[in-house]
Amino acid sequence: MFNIIATLAGVLFGYGLALSGMVSPGKVVGFLDITGNWDPSLAFVMGGAVGVTFIAFRLLLKRPHPIFGDKFHVPTRQDIDSRLIIGAALFGIGWAVGGLCPGPAISSLAYAEPKILTFVLSMVVGIFGAKILFPASR
Amino acid sequence: MENFTPFLSLAGGLILGISATLMLAGGRIAGISGILGGLIPPTLDFARWRILFILGLIGGAALFPVLGGDISFININPYNFSDDVHYAALIVAGLLVGAGTNIGAGCTSGHGVCGIGRLSVRSLVATMTFMVVAALVVFIIRMVTGS
Repeated sequence: MFNIIATLAGVLFGYGLALSGMVSPGKVVGFLDITGNWDPSLAFVMGGAVGVTFIAFRLLLKRPHPIFGDKFHVPTRQDIDSRLIIGAALFGIGWAVGGLCPGPAISSLAYAEPKILTFVLSMVVGIFGAKILFPASR
Repeated sequence: MENFTPFLSLAGGLILGISATLMLAGGRIAGISGILGGLIPPTLDFARWRILFILGLIGGAALFPVLGGDISFININPYNFSDDVHYAALIVAGLLVGAGTNIGAGCTSGHGVCGIGRLSVRSLVATMTFMVVAALVVFIIRMVTGS
């Protein structure tokens, strides 16, 4: 059952990223370029998405179990450690340089652009490298 | 602000929120870097839902123009790099995004959309960190390249 849910959720997510404009690095950089020709669109993407999750997550997490599964796989940590900050900062640098974050990059593989494929393959290598060189101590 | 698309972006955002809600209804966080990370390195007993979600992502984006959506606005080279420089930049960017999201345990979707939705302090701090750093780096690249 969850396989069907995950497929549907993936399709919605990919469609939503295309509709919202996040699949365009130009749009992402335009949002981050606050001192230039600023394009606030991405704030509306975040606003719309968080608006839904803020309400729906609250209702779902009140339940003892998920609707389509036996337990919630949700992070429980509360501490702010250096891995969180350093990781987020490295991601921020890469996001600004390429104008791509993981979701839009993978989704854009649909448009068969070799540059996107180059980015996604590098991202996979980056994940693999981080897992080997800087494994989480859990 | 000539490229501002408030309505399309809001509509897209609402769909992302609905997708994330579906995933949590199945007990999972719709964090793309985490979903992909669970497949690396590949093993024989991989979770099928991860592959299905990722194939869904590509399928959903492919569906957009099929259903009449306009993708001509996509600009993959916002700094007008030459081809060689752009490929090099994308390799560096990809490595940083992959390593950074793995070390920091999340990206725009996991920390941004889902984490803030459940009021996670870690996700709020991570999101503010990558937003501020990214804005700073864009500012620097714009200054250096004069684009």
